[in-house]
Amino acid sequence: MLFRPLDSRAFCSYTSHMFSPSWQRLAPYLILIGGLVWIFASRADPSQTTASPPVAQAGFRAPDFSLRTAEGEIITLSELKGRPILINFWASWCPPCRAEMPAFERAYQAWQDQGFLILAINATQQDSVDQALAFAQEYGLSFPLLFDADGQVYRNYQVRSLPTSFFVDPQGVIREVVVGGPISEALLHVRVEQLLKSPFLERP
Amino acid sequence: MLPVLQIGPLALQTPGLALLLGLWLGLTLAEKNAYRRGIHPDVLYNLVFLALIAAAIGARLLYVLRYPGAFIASPVSLISLNPGLLDPLGAAVAGGLAALAFIQRKKLPGWPLLDALTPLLSVVMLALGFSHLASGVAFGAPTNLPWAIDLWGASRHPSQVYEILAAALILAWVWPSRSRWQNATPGVVFLIFLAGSAAARLFLEAWRGDSLILFAGLRSAQIAAWLALAGSLWALHKLRLHPTAVENHLTAQ
Repeated sequence: MLFRPLDSRAFCSYTSHMFSPSWQRLAPYLILIGGLVWIFASRADPSQTTASPPVAQAGFRAPDFSLRTAEGEIITLSELKGRPILINFWASWCPPCRAEMPAFERAYQAWQDQGFLILAINATQQDSVDQALAFAQEYGLSFPLLFDADGQVYRNYQVRSLPTSFFVDPQGVIREVVVGGPISEALLHVRVEQLLKSPFLERP
Repeated sequence: MLPVLQIGPLALQTPGLALLLGLWLGLTLAEKNAYRRGIHPDVLYNLVFLALIAAAIGARLLYVLRYPGAFIASPVSLISLNPGLLDPLGAAVAGGLAALAFIQRKKLPGWPLLDALTPLLSVVMLALGFSHLASGVAFGAPTNLPWAIDLWGASRHPSQVYEILAAALILAWVWPSRSRWQNATPGVVFLIFLAGSAAARLFLEAWRGDSLILFAGLRSAQIAAWLALAGSLWALHKLRLHPTAVENHLTAQ
Protein backbone atom coordinates (compact mmCIF):
# COMPACT_ATOMS: atom_id res chain seq x y z
CA MET A 1 0.00 0.00 0.00
CA LEU A 2 1.69 3.16 -1.20
CA PHE A 3 -0.01 5.86 0.81
CA ARG A 4 -0.24 5.04 4.48
CA PRO A 5 -0.83 8.00 6.80
CA LEU A 6 0.42 7.12 10.25
CA ASP A 7 -0.97 9.56 12.72
CA SER A 8 -3.03 12.70 12.25
CA ARG A 9 -3.00 13.83 15.86
CA ALA A 10 0.08 16.00 15.49
CA PHE A 11 -1.30 17.82 12.48
CA CYS A 12 -4.68 18.35 14.13
CA SER A 13 -3.09 19.78 17.23
CA TYR A 14 -0.79 21.90 15.07
CA THR A 15 -3.61 23.57 13.16
CA SER A 16 -6.26 23.60 15.82
CA HIS A 17 -4.50 26.13 18.01
CA MET A 18 -4.20 28.58 15.10
CA PHE A 19 -7.82 28.83 14.00
CA SER A 20 -11.24 28.01 15.37
CA PRO A 21 -12.87 24.91 13.83
CA SER A 22 -15.30 26.98 11.75
CA TRP A 23 -12.44 29.03 10.29
CA GLN A 24 -10.53 25.84 9.55
CA ARG A 25 -13.47 24.55 7.55
CA LEU A 26 -13.94 27.83 5.71
CA ALA A 27 -10.30 28.71 5.00
CA PRO A 28 -9.74 26.41 1.96
CA TYR A 29 -12.92 27.68 0.29
CA LEU A 30 -11.97 31.30 0.96
CA ILE A 31 -8.48 30.72 -0.44
CA LEU A 32 -9.86 29.11 -3.60
CA ILE A 33 -12.50 31.80 -4.14
CA GLY A 34 -9.78 34.42 -3.59
CA GLY A 35 -7.66 32.61 -6.17
CA LEU A 36 -10.44 32.71 -8.75
CA VAL A 37 -10.99 36.44 -8.12
CA TRP A 38 -7.24 37.02 -8.50
CA ILE A 39 -7.12 35.08 -11.80
CA PHE A 40 -9.91 37.27 -13.14
CA ALA A 41 -8.49 40.52 -11.72
CA SER A 42 -4.99 39.87 -13.09
CA ARG A 43 -6.04 38.98 -16.63
CA ALA A 44 -3.29 39.83 -19.08
CA ASP A 45 -3.22 43.13 -20.86
CA PRO A 46 -2.21 42.25 -24.45
CA SER A 47 0.25 45.15 -24.53
CA GLN A 48 2.12 43.61 -21.58
CA THR A 49 2.48 40.14 -22.99
CA THR A 50 3.27 41.08 -26.58
CA ALA A 51 7.00 41.07 -26.97
CA SER A 52 7.20 44.21 -29.08
CA PRO A 53 10.72 45.70 -28.77
CA PRO A 54 13.36 44.13 -31.00
CA VAL A 55 15.67 42.24 -28.66
CA ALA A 56 18.04 39.32 -29.20
CA GLN A 57 15.95 36.94 -27.14
CA ALA A 58 13.57 34.11 -28.01
CA GLY A 59 10.03 35.42 -28.45
CA PHE A 60 11.10 38.92 -29.53
CA ARG A 61 11.57 40.50 -32.95
CA ALA A 62 15.16 40.10 -34.13
CA PRO A 63 17.06 43.42 -34.07
CA ASP A 64 17.54 44.76 -37.57
CA PHE A 65 20.96 45.19 -39.18
CA SER A 66 22.59 45.95 -42.50
CA LEU A 67 25.93 44.31 -43.18
CA ARG A 68 28.20 43.95 -46.16
CA THR A 69 29.05 40.57 -47.71
CA ALA A 70 32.46 39.57 -49.05
CA GLU A 71 31.21 40.52 -52.52
CA GLY A 72 30.25 44.03 -51.35
CA GLU A 73 26.48 43.41 -51.36
CA ILE A 74 24.58 44.91 -48.41
CA ILE A 75 22.09 42.58 -46.74
CA THR A 76 19.39 44.03 -44.48
CA LEU A 77 17.56 41.65 -42.18
CA SER A 78 14.22 43.48 -42.31
CA GLU A 79 14.14 43.05 -46.10
CA LEU A 80 14.14 39.27 -45.70
CA LYS A 81 10.69 38.95 -44.11
CA GLY A 82 8.89 35.80 -45.19
CA ARG A 83 12.03 33.67 -45.04
CA PRO A 84 13.23 31.42 -42.20
CA ILE A 85 16.73 32.51 -41.25
CA LEU A 86 19.56 31.16 -39.18
CA ILE A 87 21.80 33.98 -37.95
CA ASN A 88 25.13 32.55 -36.85
CA PHE A 89 27.94 34.53 -35.18
CA TRP A 90 31.33 32.97 -35.78
CA ALA A 91 35.08 33.48 -36.09
CA SER A 92 37.66 31.50 -38.03
CA TRP A 93 39.79 30.76 -34.95
CA CYS A 94 36.85 29.24 -33.01
CA PRO A 95 36.96 25.37 -33.09
CA PRO A 96 33.20 24.78 -32.50
CA CYS A 97 32.43 27.30 -35.28
CA ARG A 98 34.60 25.25 -37.60
CA ALA A 99 32.96 22.04 -36.44
CA GLU A 100 29.40 23.16 -37.16
CA MET A 101 29.91 24.87 -40.54
CA PRO A 102 29.71 21.67 -42.66
CA ALA A 103 26.29 20.91 -41.11
CA PHE A 104 25.16 24.47 -41.91
CA GLU A 105 26.28 24.06 -45.51
CA ARG A 106 24.38 20.77 -45.84
CA ALA A 107 21.24 22.35 -44.35
CA TYR A 108 21.52 25.34 -46.68
CA GLN A 109 21.88 23.07 -49.69
CA ALA A 110 18.88 21.01 -48.58
CA TRP A 111 16.43 23.83 -47.89
CA GLN A 112 17.55 26.99 -49.70
CA ASP A 113 15.08 26.33 -52.50
CA GLN A 114 12.29 26.57 -49.89
CA GLY A 115 13.49 29.98 -48.77
CA PHE A 116 15.79 28.98 -45.89
CA LEU A 117 18.72 31.36 -45.51
CA ILE A 118 21.82 31.35 -43.34
CA LEU A 119 23.46 34.66 -42.47
CA ALA A 120 26.90 33.86 -41.08
CA ILE A 121 28.08 37.01 -39.32
CA ASN A 122 31.81 37.07 -38.83
CA ALA A 123 32.92 38.71 -35.56
CA THR A 124 35.43 40.70 -37.57
CA GLN A 125 36.67 42.69 -34.58
CA GLN A 126 38.05 39.42 -33.20
CA ASP A 127 39.05 37.98 -36.58
CA SER A 128 40.45 39.11 -39.91
CA VAL A 129 38.64 39.29 -43.25
CA ASP A 130 41.42 37.34 -44.98
CA GLN A 131 41.30 34.47 -42.51
CA ALA A 132 37.50 34.44 -42.63
CA LEU A 133 37.52 34.22 -46.44
CA ALA A 134 40.15 31.46 -46.37
CA PHE A 135 37.96 29.60 -43.87
CA ALA A 136 34.89 29.94 -46.12
CA GLN A 137 36.87 28.68 -49.10
CA GLU A 138 38.25 25.73 -47.13
CA TYR A 139 34.74 24.62 -46.16
CA GLY A 140 33.12 25.52 -49.47
CA LEU A 141 30.47 27.73 -47.86
CA SER A 142 27.86 29.00 -50.30
CA PHE A 143 25.60 31.01 -47.96
CA PRO A 144 26.21 34.73 -47.37
CA LEU A 145 29.10 35.68 -45.10
CA LEU A 146 28.61 39.06 -43.46
CA PHE A 147 31.33 41.15 -41.85
CA ASP A 148 30.53 42.98 -38.63
CA ALA A 149 33.56 45.27 -38.80
CA ASP A 150 32.71 47.59 -35.89
CA GLY A 151 31.09 44.91 -33.68
CA GLN A 152 27.80 46.82 -33.48
CA VAL A 153 25.61 43.85 -34.47
CA TYR A 154 27.59 41.56 -32.15
CA ARG A 155 26.80 43.97 -29.27
CA ASN A 156 23.14 44.44 -30.30
CA TYR A 157 22.67 40.69 -30.27
CA GLN A 158 24.39 40.49 -26.86
CA VAL A 159 26.64 37.70 -28.05
CA ARG A 160 28.72 36.42 -25.13
CA SER A 161 30.20 33.32 -26.65
CA LEU A 162 31.13 32.04 -30.12
CA PRO A 163 29.43 30.46 -31.90
CA THR A 164 25.93 31.74 -31.12
CA SER A 165 22.98 31.00 -33.39
CA PHE A 166 19.54 32.58 -33.67
CA PHE A 167 16.65 30.82 -35.41
CA VAL A 168 14.40 33.53 -36.85
CA ASP A 169 10.93 32.74 -38.22
CA PRO A 170 9.43 34.26 -41.40
CA GLN A 171 7.80 37.02 -39.33
CA GLY A 172 11.20 38.10 -38.04
CA VAL A 173 10.70 36.72 -34.52
CA ILE A 174 13.55 34.85 -32.82
CA ARG A 175 12.34 31.34 -31.99
CA GLU A 176 15.45 29.93 -30.35
CA VAL A 177 18.92 31.01 -29.32
CA VAL A 178 21.68 28.40 -29.21
CA VAL A 179 24.76 29.55 -27.32
CA GLY A 180 27.91 27.57 -27.96
CA GLY A 181 28.48 24.74 -30.35
CA PRO A 182 28.86 22.74 -32.41
CA ILE A 183 25.12 22.69 -32.91
CA SER A 184 23.57 19.24 -33.18
CA GLU A 185 22.68 18.44 -36.80
CA ALA A 186 19.39 16.85 -35.69
CA LEU A 187 18.44 20.04 -33.83
CA LEU A 188 19.25 22.08 -36.93
CA HIS A 189 17.13 19.71 -39.02
CA VAL A 190 14.13 19.89 -36.66
CA ARG A 191 14.25 23.66 -36.16
CA VAL A 192 14.51 24.46 -39.87
CA GLU A 193 11.60 22.13 -40.66
CA GLN A 194 9.57 23.82 -37.92
CA LEU A 195 10.35 27.28 -39.34
CA LEU A 196 9.40 26.09 -42.84
CA LYS A 197 5.92 25.16 -41.57
CA SER A 198 5.17 28.82 -40.76
CA PRO A 199 2.03 30.14 -42.51
CA PHE A 200 3.94 33.36 -43.15
CA LEU A 201 6.54 31.61 -45.30
CA GLU A 202 7.03 33.21 -48.71
CA ARG A 203 8.57 30.79 -51.16
CA PRO A 204 11.19 32.35 -53.44
CA MET B 1 21.59 38.29 -16.32
CA LEU B 2 24.55 36.05 -17.01
CA PRO B 3 23.48 33.20 -19.28
CA VAL B 4 27.02 32.18 -20.16
CA LEU B 5 30.16 32.18 -18.06
CA GLN B 6 33.11 32.19 -20.42
CA ILE B 7 36.17 30.63 -18.78
CA GLY B 8 38.89 30.46 -21.43
CA PRO B 9 37.56 28.21 -24.20
CA LEU B 10 34.77 26.91 -21.96
CA ALA B 11 31.31 28.47 -22.24
CA LEU B 12 29.48 27.41 -19.06
CA GLN B 13 25.70 27.70 -19.21
CA THR B 14 24.84 29.29 -15.86
CA PRO B 15 21.10 28.40 -15.91
CA GLY B 16 21.97 24.71 -16.18
CA LEU B 17 24.66 25.07 -13.52
CA ALA B 18 22.15 26.65 -11.11
CA LEU B 19 19.81 23.70 -11.61
CA LEU B 20 22.57 21.13 -11.13
CA LEU B 21 23.72 22.90 -7.96
CA GLY B 22 20.12 22.98 -6.71
CA LEU B 23 19.72 19.28 -7.41
CA TRP B 24 22.90 18.44 -5.52
CA LEU B 25 22.15 20.68 -2.51
CA GLY B 26 18.51 19.57 -2.41
CA LEU B 27 19.39 15.91 -2.56
CA THR B 28 22.00 16.36 0.18
CA LEU B 29 19.44 18.10 2.41
CA ALA B 30 16.81 15.45 1.69
CA GLU B 31 19.25 12.61 2.39
CA LYS B 32 20.35 14.14 5.69
CA ASN B 33 16.77 14.30 6.87
CA ALA B 34 15.38 11.13 5.30
CA TYR B 35 15.62 9.21 8.59
CA ARG B 36 13.13 11.63 10.17
CA ARG B 37 10.55 10.24 7.71
CA GLY B 38 11.61 6.66 8.16
CA ILE B 39 13.31 6.44 4.76
CA HIS B 40 16.89 5.23 4.32
CA PRO B 41 19.02 7.95 2.63
CA ASP B 42 20.51 5.47 0.16
CA VAL B 43 17.02 4.46 -0.97
CA LEU B 44 16.16 8.11 -1.54
CA TYR B 45 19.36 8.68 -3.51
CA ASN B 46 18.80 5.59 -5.65
CA LEU B 47 15.22 6.61 -6.36
CA VAL B 48 16.19 10.12 -7.51
CA PHE B 49 19.14 8.85 -9.52
CA LEU B 50 17.05 6.19 -11.27
CA ALA B 51 14.25 8.65 -12.02
CA LEU B 52 16.70 11.18 -13.49
CA ILE B 53 18.41 8.60 -15.71
CA ALA B 54 15.04 7.27 -16.89
CA ALA B 55 13.81 10.83 -17.50
CA ALA B 56 16.85 11.68 -19.64
CA ILE B 57 16.47 8.49 -21.72
CA GLY B 58 12.70 8.92 -22.05
CA ALA B 59 13.08 12.56 -23.06
CA ARG B 60 15.53 11.71 -25.84
CA LEU B 61 13.58 8.65 -26.94
CA LEU B 62 10.30 10.52 -27.38
CA TYR B 63 12.10 13.31 -29.22
CA VAL B 64 13.59 10.73 -31.60
CA LEU B 65 10.16 9.17 -32.13
CA ARG B 66 8.67 12.59 -32.89
CA TYR B 67 11.40 13.58 -35.35
CA PRO B 68 12.86 10.31 -36.72
CA GLY B 69 13.97 11.92 -39.99
CA ALA B 70 16.38 14.25 -38.22
CA PHE B 71 18.12 11.34 -36.48
CA ILE B 72 18.20 9.12 -39.58
CA ALA B 73 20.04 11.98 -41.29
CA SER B 74 22.36 12.40 -38.30
CA PRO B 75 22.53 9.26 -36.10
CA VAL B 76 25.34 10.73 -34.00
CA SER B 77 22.81 13.29 -32.68
CA LEU B 78 21.25 10.44 -30.66
CA ILE B 79 23.96 10.94 -28.06
CA SER B 80 24.14 14.74 -28.38
CA LEU B 81 24.24 16.57 -25.05
CA ASN B 82 22.09 19.36 -26.49
CA PRO B 83 19.10 19.91 -24.14
CA GLY B 84 17.09 21.16 -27.13
CA LEU B 85 16.79 17.53 -28.25
CA LEU B 86 14.79 16.46 -25.20
CA ASP B 87 11.03 16.11 -24.89
CA PRO B 88 9.63 17.18 -21.46
CA LEU B 89 6.66 14.82 -21.73
CA GLY B 90 8.99 11.88 -22.35
CA ALA B 91 11.03 12.90 -19.31
CA ALA B 92 7.95 13.11 -17.07
CA VAL B 93 6.46 9.78 -18.20
CA ALA B 94 9.71 7.77 -18.12
CA GLY B 95 10.94 9.34 -14.87
CA GLY B 96 7.54 8.85 -13.20
CA LEU B 97 7.19 5.24 -14.33
CA ALA B 98 10.73 4.36 -13.22
CA ALA B 99 10.11 5.98 -9.83
CA LEU B 100 6.81 4.14 -9.40
CA ALA B 101 8.40 0.81 -10.32
CA PHE B 102 11.19 1.41 -7.80
CA ILE B 103 8.70 2.39 -5.07
CA GLN B 104 6.60 -0.72 -5.68
CA ARG B 105 9.62 -3.01 -5.79
CA LYS B 106 11.05 -1.63 -2.54
CA LYS B 107 7.56 -1.38 -0.98
CA LEU B 108 8.22 2.21 0.08
CA PRO B 109 5.50 4.11 1.97
CA GLY B 110 4.10 6.86 -0.31
CA TRP B 111 3.42 9.78 2.01
CA PRO B 112 6.62 9.55 4.10
CA LEU B 113 8.55 9.25 0.84
CA LEU B 114 6.93 12.39 -0.58
CA ASP B 115 7.72 14.19 2.69
CA ALA B 116 11.32 13.01 2.49
CA LEU B 117 11.55 14.34 -1.10
CA THR B 118 10.08 17.75 -0.18
CA PRO B 119 13.45 19.36 0.77
CA LEU B 120 14.81 18.33 -2.64
CA LEU B 121 11.77 19.72 -4.47
CA SER B 122 11.91 22.97 -2.47
CA VAL B 123 15.59 23.58 -3.19
CA VAL B 124 15.08 22.77 -6.88
CA MET B 125 12.28 25.36 -7.01
CA LEU B 126 14.68 27.90 -5.53
CA ALA B 127 17.39 26.91 -8.02
CA LEU B 128 14.86 27.24 -10.84
CA GLY B 129 14.37 30.88 -9.82
CA PHE B 130 18.13 31.48 -9.97
CA SER B 131 18.26 29.68 -13.31
CA HIS B 132 15.57 32.01 -14.66
CA LEU B 133 17.43 35.00 -13.26
CA ALA B 134 20.64 33.91 -15.00
CA SER B 135 19.01 33.33 -18.38
CA GLY B 136 16.49 36.19 -18.27
CA VAL B 137 13.55 33.93 -19.17
CA ALA B 138 10.30 33.94 -17.17
CA PHE B 139 10.59 37.73 -17.38
CA GLY B 140 8.24 40.28 -15.87
CA ALA B 141 5.69 42.65 -17.37
CA PRO B 142 6.74 46.25 -18.08
CA THR B 143 6.38 48.57 -15.09
CA ASN B 144 7.52 51.92 -13.75
CA LEU B 145 7.90 50.73 -10.16
CA PRO B 146 11.11 51.85 -8.39
CA TRP B 147 12.42 48.28 -8.15
CA ALA B 148 11.92 47.55 -11.86
CA ILE B 149 14.88 46.07 -13.73
CA ASP B 150 15.98 46.86 -17.29
CA LEU B 151 15.54 43.67 -19.26
CA TRP B 152 14.83 42.86 -22.90
CA GLY B 153 14.33 46.44 -23.94
CA ALA B 154 12.01 47.59 -21.14
CA SER B 155 11.78 48.33 -17.41
CA ARG B 156 10.17 45.19 -16.01
CA HIS B 157 8.99 43.56 -12.82
CA PRO B 158 11.89 41.47 -11.46
CA SER B 159 9.67 38.39 -11.72
CA GLN B 160 12.64 36.05 -11.28
CA VAL B 161 13.46 37.75 -7.95
CA TYR B 162 9.83 37.38 -6.84
CA GLU B 163 10.10 33.71 -7.75
CA ILE B 164 13.29 33.30 -5.70
CA LEU B 165 11.79 35.06 -2.67
CA ALA B 166 8.65 32.92 -2.77
CA ALA B 167 10.66 29.71 -3.13
CA ALA B 168 12.95 30.75 -0.24
CA LEU B 169 9.94 31.42 2.00
CA ILE B 170 8.40 28.04 1.14
CA LEU B 171 11.75 26.30 1.73
CA ALA B 172 12.03 27.99 5.14
CA TRP B 173 8.45 26.93 5.93
CA VAL B 174 8.99 23.26 5.09
CA TRP B 175 12.61 23.11 6.37
CA PRO B 176 12.93 19.47 7.48
CA SER B 177 14.48 19.99 10.91
CA ARG B 178 11.75 22.35 12.13
CA SER B 179 10.21 21.04 15.30
CA ARG B 180 6.64 21.50 14.05
CA TRP B 181 7.13 18.75 11.46
CA GLN B 182 8.57 16.16 13.86
CA ASN B 183 5.24 14.44 14.54
CA ALA B 184 3.26 15.70 11.58
CA THR B 185 0.93 13.34 9.75
CA PRO B 186 2.81 11.81 6.80
CA GLY B 187 1.99 13.74 3.65
CA VAL B 188 1.35 17.08 5.34
CA VAL B 189 4.80 18.56 4.66
CA PHE B 190 4.63 17.64 0.98
CA LEU B 191 1.08 18.93 0.60
CA ILE B 192 1.97 22.22 2.30
CA PHE B 193 4.90 22.58 -0.09
CA LEU B 194 2.60 21.85 -3.03
CA ALA B 195 -0.10 24.24 -1.85
CA GLY B 196 2.46 26.97 -1.10
CA SER B 197 4.16 26.62 -4.49
CA ALA B 198 0.82 26.63 -6.32
CA ALA B 199 -0.38 29.69 -4.38
CA ALA B 200 2.89 31.51 -5.12
CA ARG B 201 2.61 30.80 -8.83
CA LEU B 202 -1.07 31.80 -8.87
CA PHE B 203 -0.22 35.10 -7.19
CA LEU B 204 3.06 35.98 -8.93
CA GLU B 205 2.02 35.03 -12.47
CA ALA B 206 0.09 38.31 -12.53
CA TRP B 207 3.38 40.19 -13.02
CA ARG B 208 4.84 37.99 -15.71
CA GLY B 209 5.37 39.39 -19.19
CA ASP B 210 5.53 36.06 -20.98
CA SER B 211 2.34 34.34 -19.84
CA LEU B 212 0.69 31.85 -22.14
CA ILE B 213 -2.83 33.22 -22.61
CA LEU B 214 -5.72 30.80 -22.93
CA PHE B 215 -8.59 33.19 -23.80
CA ALA B 216 -9.96 36.53 -22.64
CA GLY B 217 -6.61 37.34 -21.07
CA LEU B 218 -6.69 34.35 -18.71
CA ARG B 219 -3.23 33.00 -17.98
CA SER B 220 -2.83 29.21 -18.34
CA ALA B 221 -0.28 28.96 -15.50
CA GLN B 222 -2.76 30.52 -13.06
CA ILE B 223 -5.47 28.03 -14.01
CA ALA B 224 -3.07 25.11 -13.55
CA ALA B 225 -1.81 26.55 -10.24
CA TRP B 226 -5.39 27.00 -8.99
CA LEU B 227 -6.17 23.35 -9.76
CA ALA B 228 -2.99 22.21 -7.97
CA LEU B 229 -3.88 24.42 -5.01
CA ALA B 230 -7.42 23.01 -4.88
CA GLY B 231 -6.12 19.43 -5.03
CA SER B 232 -3.54 19.95 -2.29
CA LEU B 233 -6.02 21.75 0.00
CA TRP B 234 -8.55 18.96 -0.53
CA ALA B 235 -5.93 16.33 0.35
CA LEU B 236 -4.78 18.33 3.40
CA HIS B 237 -8.38 18.65 4.56
CA LYS B 238 -8.99 14.93 4.14
CA LEU B 239 -5.75 14.02 5.90
CA ARG B 240 -6.63 16.27 8.82
CA LEU B 241 -10.15 14.92 9.27
CA HIS B 242 -9.72 11.31 8.21
CA PRO B 243 -6.10 10.18 7.92
CA THR B 244 -7.01 7.15 5.84
CA ALA B 245 -9.43 8.87 3.44
CA VAL B 246 -6.82 10.00 0.91
CA GLU B 247 -5.12 6.65 1.09
CA ASN B 248 -8.36 4.83 0.34
CA HIS B 249 -9.20 7.22 -2.47
CA LEU B 250 -5.80 6.83 -4.08
CA THR B 251 -5.65 3.06 -3.75
CA ALA B 252 -9.15 2.80 -5.24
CA GLN B 253 -7.96 4.44 -8.49
